[in-house]
Amino acid sequence: MNPVPAAAAAPLLEVRNLRVEFPTRRGTLTALDDVSFSIRAGEVLGVVGESGAGKSMTGAAIIGLLEPPGRIARGEILLDGQRIDNLPREKMRRIRGKQIGAIFQDPLTTLNPLYTVGRQLQETILTHLPMTPAQARARAIHWLEEVGIPGAAQRIDSYPHEFSGGMRQRVVIALALCAEPRLVVADEPTTALDVSIQAQIIALLKRLTRDHGTAVMLVTHDMGVIAETADRVAVMYAGRVAEIGPVREVVKAPNHPYSAGLMASIPPLDRKVEHLAQIDGAMPRLTAIPRGCAYNPRCPHVFDRCRVERPDLLDAGTTRAACWLHDPASEKRAAHV
Amino acid sequence: MPAFILSRLLQAIPVLLVVALISFAMFAYVGDPVAIMLGQDFTEAQRQALVASLGLDQPFFVQFFKFVVNAAQGEFGLSYRLSRPVAELIAERAPATLELAFVAAAIAMLVGVPMGVYTGLYRNSWLSRFFLTFSLIGVSLPTFLIGILLILVFSVLLGWLPSYGRGEVVQLGWWSTGLLTADGWRALILPAITLGLFQLTLIMRLVRAEMLEVLRTDYIKFARARGLPDRSVHFGHALKNTLVPVITIAGLQLGSIIAFAIVTETVFQWPGMGLLFIQSVGSADIPVMAAYLMLTALIFVVINLVVDILYYIVDPRLRAGRGGH
Repeated sequence: MNPVPAAAAAPLLEVRNLRVEFPTRRGTLTALDDVSFSIRAGEVLGVVGESGAGKSMTGAAIIGLLEPPGRIARGEILLDGQRIDNLPREKMRRIRGKQIGAIFQDPLTTLNPLYTVGRQLQETILTHLPMTPAQARARAIHWLEEVGIPGAAQRIDSYPHEFSGGMRQRVVIALALCAEPRLVVADEPTTALDVSIQAQIIALLKRLTRDHGTAVMLVTHDMGVIAETADRVAVMYAGRVAEIGPVREVVKAPNHPYSAGLMASIPPLDRKVEHLAQIDGAMPRLTAIPRGCAYNPRCPHVFDRCRVERPDLLDAGTTRAACWLHDPASEKRAAHV
Repeated sequence: MPAFILSRLLQAIPVLLVVALISFAMFAYVGDPVAIMLGQDFTEAQRQALVASLGLDQPFFVQFFKFVVNAAQGEFGLSYRLSRPVAELIAERAPATLELAFVAAAIAMLVGVPMGVYTGLYRNSWLSRFFLTFSLIGVSLPTFLIGILLILVFSVLLGWLPSYGRGEVVQLGWWSTGLLTADGWRALILPAITLGLFQLTLIMRLVRAEMLEVLRTDYIKFARARGLPDRSVHFGHALKNTLVPVITIAGLQLGSIIAFAIVTETVFQWPGMGLLFIQSVGSADIPVMAAYLMLTALIFVVINLVVDILYYIVDPRLRAGRGGH
C-alpha cells in the first residue's frame, strides 16, 4: 500500500485531526477542521487550494503563530514524535527558526527595512546557534552565497531596499535556512514575484532543501510549481483536506471531484481550447459551510449521503480522498471520477 | 548628508525672513515708539530729531534691512519697560525656560514611550486600560488647571514641594542652573510635570498606535517566525520602526514646550522667557516681543533640522536618496 520504501521511519511532522477556531462576537468560526497529514524527513509536501481554504493557516498553526484570537481547539501537531502544539511560548520560540523555518509570500514586506540583511541574518544565527558574532557573520556571508547573492561579502551590509524583489526572496530563504531547520514552511514563496523570477526561486528552494535534507511544506495555488517540486500533495477545501497523495496521482488521476475540477482548470499547453474548465460556484464562507461534504453544492457527482454526512479521508487506491464515492459502503456510483 | 543639511539651512532663511518681517511690522503698527519715548511734552523739532536719530525717516526696506542685520547679531535694542538690552534680558531668562522644557520633554519621553509600548503590546490588560483612561485626562485637562491642582495637592495640602519660583540656582558663567541643587530640583518637579503631561500622553498614544500598526506587519511576523526572542522583536524590530513618526511629533512638541511654556511659567511664577513675554505683552514692550518671536522661529527651525537629521540616522531608505521606494 505504501509506495515509499518501508524503511521510511516515523514522519518528521505529523498533523493529527487539527481544528483551528476563531471565537468572534457572533459565534465561533471553524477555520480548519480535522486536518491530518504528515511530512517525512526530506520530503516536499505541496498544499494547494483556493484562497481561504486554510492552506496558510495550517502553516501558521504549525509554526505556532496563529493570529489571535485564532486557537487550536483540537488535534495535535508532532515534530519528531513530540507534541509542539501545546508547548509554552518560550519553548516554541526556540523551535521556530531552529527546527522549523518559514518563508513568507511577499519579500518586499518580510524584511525589516531598518536593518541590514547581514544584521538580520546574524541575529537569527546567534539566536539559535552557539557562535561568536564573527562566526555568525561568516555564516551569514556563506548563506548569502548559498542563495546566489552575487558579491555576498559586500552585499551583506546592504539594506533590504537595495535589493530587487527576487534577491530579497533569496535573502528570506537564507534567513529561513541559516540555522538549518529540518522543516521549512514556505507560504506562497513565489506568488509576489515576476514570473521570470519564480522558476529561479523554486529551483533554488528545491536545490537547497535537497542538499540539506530539509523537508518542505510548500503552500501555493500554482499547480505548476507543485507538479514540478512536490513529492506529495494535499488539496485543501474549506478548511479540510479533500485529497492527499503522491503528486503524480493527484495531478494525473485525481480521486476527489474537487481535485479533478482543479486539475481540469489548468490550461493544457499542447492544444488550443475555447473555454477553460471551471468549477461552478465559490468556496463557502466559514460562516456558511454546508452540512455534509463542504463541496456538495458544487460537486457534479453529488448524491444524498453527501448532503448529510461528512466524509473523512478514505482510501481511494493511489491517494486518500474525503469523498463518499470511495466508501465501499456507499452504493457504487462511480469507480472513479 | 552635508548637502542635505545645507539645503535645509537655505530653506530656513526665507522662513526666518518672513518671521522677521512680522516682528518688524510690530514696531510700525503696534503703538508708536516715538510717542512713547518723547513723553507728554515735546516740540516738532525734537520729534524730527528723534525720528532722524532712530532712523525712522528712512525708507521701509532700509529700516527692515537694518533690523535683520541687527537681529542676526542678536541685537534687538532696549526694552521699553526695563530700559535694558533685550538680548541681555532673554539670555538671563533663557536658562530657566530651557531647563524646564528639557526636563519636561525628558519626562514625556522617558515615561510616555514605555507606556506606549506597554499599552501597544498588552492591549487588553487592566493596566493598559488604566493608562489610556489616564491619558485622556492628560490630553483634555488644560495646562493651567493641572498646574493649579498640583499646587493645591503637593504644595498646599501636603506641603511637600514649593509652589512658585526656581529655588536655589547656581551660576555657571552666564548660565544659571537649578539642576545642581536639591532645592532647584524640588522647585522644578511640579512645573515640569505640568508642562510635560500633555506631551507625555500624546507620545504615549502615538507610540501605542504606531506599535499596533507595526506589530501587524510581515517583518514582525517573520521576525517571530525566525524564533527571535520577544525582547528583540518588540524593542529591536517593532519600536525602532515606530521612531520616525515619534521623532517628528516629539521634536515639534519640544519646540512648543520651549516656545509656549508661558502658561506654566505664569502659574508657577517661573522666571523664564514665557513669563518675560507675558509681562512684555502687558506693557506693549515691542522689542522684547519681537525678539521672542524671532527666537521662537529660530528654535522651531533648528528643531526641524535636528528631526530631519534624526530621520536620516534612523531610516536607511532616506539615506539612499532616490534609491528606495
